[in-house]
Amino acid sequence: MNALAVRDLHAGYGAGLVLQGVSLDVAEGEAAVLLGRNGAGKTTTISALVGFLRPRSGSVLVRGRDLTGAPPHVVARAGVALVPQGRRMFADLSVREHLTLTARSIAGGWDERRVLELFPALARRLGNRGDELSGGEQQMLAIGRALTRNPALLLLDEPSEGLAPKLVREVGDALVSLRATGLSILLVEQNLGLATHVGQRVHVMNKGTIVWSGTPAELAGARDVEARFLGV
Amino acid sequence: MSPELAFLQALNGISFGALLFILAAGLSLIFGMMDVVNLAHGAFYMLGAYIALSVVRTTGSFWVALVAVPLALGALGLVVEPLLLRRLRGRHLDQVLITVGVALVITDLIRLKPDWGAEVRTLPPPDALAGSIAILGNDYPVYRLFVIAFGVTLALSLAALHRRSRAGALIRAGVDDAQMLSALGVDTDRLFAVTYAIGAALAGLAGVVAAPVLGLQPGMDVEALVLSLIVVVVGGLGTLGGAQVGAALVGPADTFGKVFVPQFALFFIFAIMALVLLLRPSGLLGRIRVIR
Ligand SMILES: Nc1ncnc2c1ncn2[C@@H]1O[C@H](COP(=O)(O)OP(=O)(O)OP(=O)(O)O)[C@@H](O)[C@H]1O
Ligand SMILES: [Mg+2]
Repeated sequence: MNALAVRDLHAGYGAGLVLQGVSLDVAEGEAAVLLGRNGAGKTTTISALVGFLRPRSGSVLVRGRDLTGAPPHVVARAGVALVPQGRRMFADLSVREHLTLTARSIAGGWDERRVLELFPALARRLGNRGDELSGGEQQMLAIGRALTRNPALLLLDEPSEGLAPKLVREVGDALVSLRATGLSILLVEQNLGLATHVGQRVHVMNKGTIVWSGTPAELAGARDVEARFLGV
Repeated sequence: MSPELAFLQALNGISFGALLFILAAGLSLIFGMMDVVNLAHGAFYMLGAYIALSVVRTTGSFWVALVAVPLALGALGLVVEPLLLRRLRGRHLDQVLITVGVALVITDLIRLKPDWGAEVRTLPPPDALAGSIAILGNDYPVYRLFVIAFGVTLALSLAALHRRSRAGALIRAGVDDAQMLSALGVDTDRLFAVTYAIGAALAGLAGVVAAPVLGLQPGMDVEALVLSLIVVVVGGLGTLGGAQVGAALVGPADTFGKVFVPQFALFFIFAIMALVLLLRPSGLLGRIRVIR
């Protein structure tokens, strides 16, 4: 059974349609990447998956369970966690509160202590407010906050955005170590290096549909795909 | 004005500020969480005062009213939010309009109920707080001192809950980004309903506490609404601290305004509001909200 199965998803804002039939799978334990230019519809796809945006048609299945059009808290409780574009820290919550308030604890799972082992830099900041952190710290906290949900499927929307190269590598290494734990991941990216470092399967999106799918190695050989859908 | 009289007026101002805090805290909280200016707030306040009147008439106890009224108004909030506001989620103007509708229904019902009705009513303070004590050679009503103590205690307890409890953290997070909170598994529909209920309960509580000082009469709802709007605009919409600061400023300002320029008292606090809006459009403690 797939961790995520999206079929022919149509969604948009107001009268306009942004997603025009998106289909994609994330296998159990797989790290999949969604690539695409600015405005391709990547965040819209994520929004339709987590329930921020009600799909016009199509279906969303998480581990076989139909969650099409379900409200966000239902999707979250079905095992989906989100690291959103822009990080969306709670300005008025401390770092510790970010890691405990919405935690869903399971035996041997992710909790505050294990997140601090993964991101030791956060340990010094436990008493700080969300809006007092640097960009890199915010990104670590956004990932840590999602992990305390102990998700079956982790969605990340451009975690490298606005980060210095060194921090991008750090985030990449963290994601690879998460992949190694068997967590299913869907990573939205524009940073090709990070995408191919983490991803085992790549989907390229353009104008609201998936236009190419393959492995990172195949993508390296498909120069035309890069030129047509990814280059700036 | 003699220093003694000035001191007593200052006490009056602080006691009025304490009332305004109880009233405005709920309004601010509801706006912060749901982006809705709850124009039924004055009607909730008025309903609280009239229910207190009935409770005191039947049980003879002000203290029973002090507990029962917030519970009743909280229950009303728990019905109004899911039934009316939730259906209009995302349409803020429509939501505000429906709170006007709620206010009109409540005030009409109060007017129609024969033993509440259209006349001015009074609610005596509880026996234990009925008398006066001598302060600087003048008699001062004990009940007003009780209002100060009650308001300050409530402000401190609410602030502590807001800072330290899990419910407080959920409210802080929801005020900041309710959608993100929902993606982390929190049922924000429930959170909104509970927030609205807490706001309504606080308005009702203000109605009980204010009744022995300000009395009960038609129009008290609009007066309360206007004052609490001024408080939250001055202090900053959407935060508890904003309601505290706003009330601490507007309460004394209104009292001293009435002493010095009786004809222009309302003008006086409007002027303060205009000044704050000019210098700090988001209110003294308000945060600039990011539109997503
Ligand atoms: N809230 C919104 N209301 C209306 N249109 C929107 C909204 N959000 C996005 N759009 C439009 O939908 C299209 C797809 O946007 P989307 O945010 O999904 O792109 P993206 O692939 O995530 O881009 P980026 O890499 O810049 O984040 C764009 O044309 C955008 O202008
Ligand atoms: Mg995006």
